[in-house]
Amino acid sequence: MTGEVLVLAESSGPAFRKAALEAVTEGRRLADLLRVSEIVLAIGNGLKDPASELGKYGADKVILADDPLLAIFHPDYYRQIALEAIKRVNPSIILAAATSTGKDLAPRLAIHLDTAVASECTHLEMENGKLIATRPAYAGKVLLRVKVNSSPSIATLRPNVFTAREAVPGKKPTVEQIAFNRPDSRMIVKEFVTQGAKKLDLTEASVIVSGGRGMGGPQNYKILEELAEVMGGVVGASRASVDAGWRPHSDQVGQTGRTVSPMLYIAAGISGAIQHRVGMINSKVIVAINKDPEALIFGFADYGIVGDVFEVVPALTREMKAFYGKT
Amino acid sequence: MRRVPDTAARIRIASDGKSIDTSDAEFVINPYEEYALEQAVQLKEKHGGEVTVVTLGPEKTTQVIMKALALGADKAVHLKVDKIPEDPGSIARAIANELKGSEFDVLLFGKKGVDDDNQQVGPMVAELLGIPCITQIVKLDVSDGRGVAHREVEGGSITVETTLPAAFTAEKDLTVPRYASLRELVAARKKPIIVKDVQLRALSLEIISVQNPPPRPPGKIVGKGVDAVPTLVKLLHEEAKVI
Repeated sequence: MTGEVLVLAESSGPAFRKAALEAVTEGRRLADLLRVSEIVLAIGNGLKDPASELGKYGADKVILADDPLLAIFHPDYYRQIALEAIKRVNPSIILAAATSTGKDLAPRLAIHLDTAVASECTHLEMENGKLIATRPAYAGKVLLRVKVNSSPSIATLRPNVFTAREAVPGKKPTVEQIAFNRPDSRMIVKEFVTQGAKKLDLTEASVIVSGGRGMGGPQNYKILEELAEVMGGVVGASRASVDAGWRPHSDQVGQTGRTVSPMLYIAAGISGAIQHRVGMINSKVIVAINKDPEALIFGFADYGIVGDVFEVVPALTREMKAFYGKT
Repeated sequence: MRRVPDTAARIRIASDGKSIDTSDAEFVINPYEEYALEQAVQLKEKHGGEVTVVTLGPEKTTQVIMKALALGADKAVHLKVDKIPEDPGSIARAIANELKGSEFDVLLFGKKGVDDDNQQVGPMVAELLGIPCITQIVKLDVSDGRGVAHREVEGGSITVETTLPAAFTAEKDLTVPRYASLRELVAARKKPIIVKDVQLRALSLEIISVQNPPPRPPGKIVGKGVDAVPTLVKLLHEEAKVI
């Protein structure tokens, strides 16, 4: 008999992460295919109306673990909660977002359940009751189709690839609580330090404005920050500019940085080397601004402007301001 | 430590359609493990002790093991297999079996291999050994049997403290790897490499096929300089519909 679909939904403050809601939507789709229920483990602290929030995205039942100690991911605490929920549900499929939390937790669960994880999946399907996942490898230079041979099958879903869809307005899933009894742990989670005022992570942003070596120096990123701010986006960087110390590594897009898939990726002064390309090629729309008409980036950008970033970017910021002022 | 094709290498799908043809690729130490190794060597320089590199891979892994020994590792254990399996659980069990019963304070991994991008082996080994594991770290301080690490996460970093022994997985910012001098490369030849044949268990995760990603349709040059900007905004709104 096929077990249920269990989705681990992490939160940031009182709200679920967008990537978690994407996983809940995909979990709903798989549950319908398998004709089973979708059960969502909501985990966090002070969650705002978790049942109706998750119900909208398709959850049939919510298992709620809400505790001040669960505000920030702690491997031992989250593992205990997840294993308890898994014991109650006995799922055949477990989904989580491929966030820093999901990618840390999923392999730990796999060891305890003696099963395997398909990481950072971009597509899921069922074949003869087995989960088949498509996932990029070699930083996206190839796509692998992988099969999880053991049960439950675990998959983490790459953020921004699946769509979070409010499908069932007004649905009220049943809620079951998990009481959190703090386990013994040798790890103490001390504090969470936010990076300045930046609220959105690159992997979750829908607009990214990235700068490369063509930006000339760290002081010049101001024009990219202004453009990003007007568009509600965040600033990224190429490896060259991170290695030069102009930007922090957390901003790096590419093979040894983040893999992103925003709606709009604006590459300013970026040549488009393979290791950068693989990190952003799955953006919905790519815009390139570069003074070198031969730059590799024009080979795979949807729209290109050949020109000086120091002239074009401020002009684009003004134009976007006018555009958003109108709509 | 994992032996991987250089990140600049072109990746070709093998004729069986379910693996990668690496016959003409250049191999390197997985970049994330270079950061981890550098951290290990820095800890040794500060606190004393010994750095052992453990790697699972084919015969040819010797070449990257020599590099690691030149970069400051004292000895190496090579778990020899025909090829690195596609199931991270299988790798983790072989490494955990090797480490069981051995004494160490700090166990460092790269956060992921830049080949399979699974990002699973570090926390899996730690779970198998029953020791703490802090993943994706950008900073590590060790003193008096404790480690304090900074994890890089969405929107910031988390400080986590643990007692040792513990495992950590390295993010890029952890260290800046050094270069090996010619003298160190020569000295590496005298350092011990213990080679063991290992049996891997059946795979729970299996590759069915490998495909090239769908090509992107060719784009267009909107124009030159600031004059092209209004057209670009119009196209993004009306044609691409992303704003």
